[in-house]
Amino acid sequence: MTASTAPPSAPLLAIRGLSKAFLGVQALDGVDFTLRHGEIHALLGENGAGKSTLIKTLTGVYQRDGGTVALEGREIAPRGVEEAQRLHIGTVYQEVNLLPNLSVAENLFLGRQPMRWGLVDRGAMRRRARAVLQPYGLSVDVTAPLGRFSVATQQIIAIARAVDMSAKVLILDEPTASLDAQEVAVLFKVMRTLRSRGIGIVFVTHFLDQVYEVCDSITVLRNGRLVGERRTADLPRLDLVAMMLGRELEAAAHRIDLGPAELDSRPPLASFKGFGKARSVEPFDLDIRPGEVVALAGLLGSGRTETVRLVFGMDRADKGEATVDGRPARLRGPRDAVRLGFGFCPEDRKKEGIVGELSVRENIILALQARQGWLKPIPRRRQEEIADRFIRLLDIRTPDAERPIQLLSGGNQQKALLARWLATEPRLLILDEPTRGIDVGAHAEIIRLIERLCADGMALLVVSSELEEIVAYSRRVVVLRDRRHVAELRGGEVSVERIVAAIASETPNPIASETPNIEVRQ
Amino acid sequence: MTLSAPGPARNLPQYGALIAVLLANWLLFPDFFAIRLQDGRLFGSLIDVLNRGAPVALLAVGMTMVIATRGVDLSVGAVMAISGAIAATMTGAGWSLPAVLAASLAAGLLCGLWNGVLVAVLRIQPIIATLILMVAGRGIAQLVTEGQIVTFTSPALAFIGSGSFLTVPMPVVLTIVLLAVTALLVRATALGLMIEAVGINRLSSAGAGVNTPVVLVAVYVWCGLCAAVAGLIVTADIRGADANNAGLWLELDAILAVVVGGTSLLGGRFGLVLSVVGALIIQSMNTGILLSGFKPEFNLIVKAGVLLVVLLLQSPTLTLFLPRPRGARPIGTVKPPVAPTSGGAKP
Repeated sequence: MTASTAPPSAPLLAIRGLSKAFLGVQALDGVDFTLRHGEIHALLGENGAGKSTLIKTLTGVYQRDGGTVALEGREIAPRGVEEAQRLHIGTVYQEVNLLPNLSVAENLFLGRQPMRWGLVDRGAMRRRARAVLQPYGLSVDVTAPLGRFSVATQQIIAIARAVDMSAKVLILDEPTASLDAQEVAVLFKVMRTLRSRGIGIVFVTHFLDQVYEVCDSITVLRNGRLVGERRTADLPRLDLVAMMLGRELEAAAHRIDLGPAELDSRPPLASFKGFGKARSVEPFDLDIRPGEVVALAGLLGSGRTETVRLVFGMDRADKGEATVDGRPARLRGPRDAVRLGFGFCPEDRKKEGIVGELSVRENIILALQARQGWLKPIPRRRQEEIADRFIRLLDIRTPDAERPIQLLSGGNQQKALLARWLATEPRLLILDEPTRGIDVGAHAEIIRLIERLCADGMALLVVSSELEEIVAYSRRVVVLRDRRHVAELRGGEVSVERIVAAIASETPNPIASETPNIEVRQ
Repeated sequence: MTLSAPGPARNLPQYGALIAVLLANWLLFPDFFAIRLQDGRLFGSLIDVLNRGAPVALLAVGMTMVIATRGVDLSVGAVMAISGAIAATMTGAGWSLPAVLAASLAAGLLCGLWNGVLVAVLRIQPIIATLILMVAGRGIAQLVTEGQIVTFTSPALAFIGSGSFLTVPMPVVLTIVLLAVTALLVRATALGLMIEAVGINRLSSAGAGVNTPVVLVAVYVWCGLCAAVAGLIVTADIRGADANNAGLWLELDAILAVVVGGTSLLGGRFGLVLSVVGALIIQSMNTGILLSGFKPEFNLIVKAGVLLVVLLLQSPTLTLFLPRPRGARPIGTVKPPVAPTSGGAKP
């Protein structure tokens, strides 16, 4: 064995010390990643961990700043997706990046159509398309437009295309995010078949059950750094969640006084029974009482945001019922929710919260005005009073109420959105990641505000990734995993350790318990 | 509550341009500002600008609010043709003036409702949704007139086009009345705020409980009404309805007037009065070019050049040199795409 040729034991893909920075933000910092032949390798991490940067660097979308990438011992540096494909690296994204208006066969052979006399040989293309799809157990009409098939089928076709282009490394970026249980099972079968043929698969997902079902190894990233690589069999779920969240499990958080225990006997303000929506969140039961903070905890993509969007009517539930004050309530849209006295500060402030070019004043009075209707305008004087009161009360840092809200900092925008709902004197305030992306000072103020509102008898439903935060102010914590509510902790049970344990706990095989909902549209 | 966008600096390009164009007209044609009273009605070039500019000004009033919701209504020219066709045909058939007016205006409202439902409920892109009626509307108008140019002699209907009220020509009176009513409707209620909110961020507005579909339908309905009134004026003025040519290409002039008036095609803050000023700038140029005796071939190019200057004055690079008005966005988001094509030499 000479030093110049790669030893036969060289891993399929070896990334060492990979670094990438954007405008001074270190997205990847010396990350190692190893993929072996015939291995399904989960790449895990929360938002901003660096998963997508790693994949995009690997597929040539970004150029790395430092480190080495070796494919079967040979150094590679693809400068584009096409070059990556030539180097046998294929990628399939959650949103299939093929052309829905072209036929299945055309998609399979796009850019490499079989030719005869300078023209596309359609007959040969169809025959070869059928042959390519056959091992996947997919017998579809290859002349039908791709867009006619379900996302799952499209994904398998995309995989087939990548494999047919002699991919040795297959990157699947959240392929299961919009699939139902049955479709996931089919996809996993395909993945196992490919594994047995020696292909290495990088599997990005947020679903822990799926990781344990199909993956051989796990690499966890956090804040652009490698946390570690483990064999799936050797890594208990609890340790995996701890790796992802980066918490020392012994860290105990300080808890505030959560009010008298008789709160539990109070009638709930809002109650949801079997509430859910297909492909969004499994049916759940949830009671919210006046004067309590209920928190939703779970990993990214576990169904927390989906739950609160259903509660506020931003998405319409297709199962179950809601009661408010013991009476059946209709929640067909945010307007219904506002009428019931709900308020909602969404996770994506810019896209769904603020109305950027309107002034702070107009943003604050918007919900109140919408509830009163356009025929009863709030007089300008009154608007100014309301705006000035909340600017003082919440310490919103702005030169005056007439400044366009988009010029404020994230924390002050968030406080203005809180003001918008507080002006309507809501009975239930829903906050989705209220402290994300805001500076430390505003962070603490918002937490103090949550505690104060709760003490005043308002009900709060809070989604947060900050477990210490949740533990500090919540009376009850609902834990979600893989789009279902899996546990509820109350009172003294609420602790970071218990939440992490609940996120990591195993449930009976969800695929078996699922009612089959096969969607094969042709 | 102001009728137009806040801040004097923001209005400067529009009023400046209007004054500049009027002065240029005066230099070319010293009698430009001469106004005389004859048979109880005012006459003169300036009055002519107002009178001839009335249809586009009316369209601009409705179009302003549609554009403020980040939409556009391409069908207003066709709606003018429909309302004119109905008015001329019904008058010819002997219907009374109130019935004729009611039917024409109702047709405009109905057209607006159609557009509004396509945009708000079926969520079709405004430019495509209103393109349907832009094409189909002329067909409908031709069906109403049975392919003929329908003329009428009723002095009652003709009064709308050529009569006067307290010496002011009726088209000008109607424009002022509709502008005032519209301004009252949006600024004395919370409708204006909601139109702006929906135009800037439809998702956030819906999340705050704003009834976005109703707001959208309302602006298209109102735009249809404004177009119907404009169609009545044109028909009454020529005492006939020409389904093929009534209001032809005026939707482009109306969009241009709104953009020149400083309302961004990206939606949001709007100024009704400024849009009317925009319409008057366009009309002053049309009149001025005609009076100056330039070859008609130059008309479109001169017009495009002047409009380009107005739009450049609103560009973000230049706004940097002006004091920043409160609450105003950099108006540079305005695109000047329609300037060269907005032609149609209309005297």
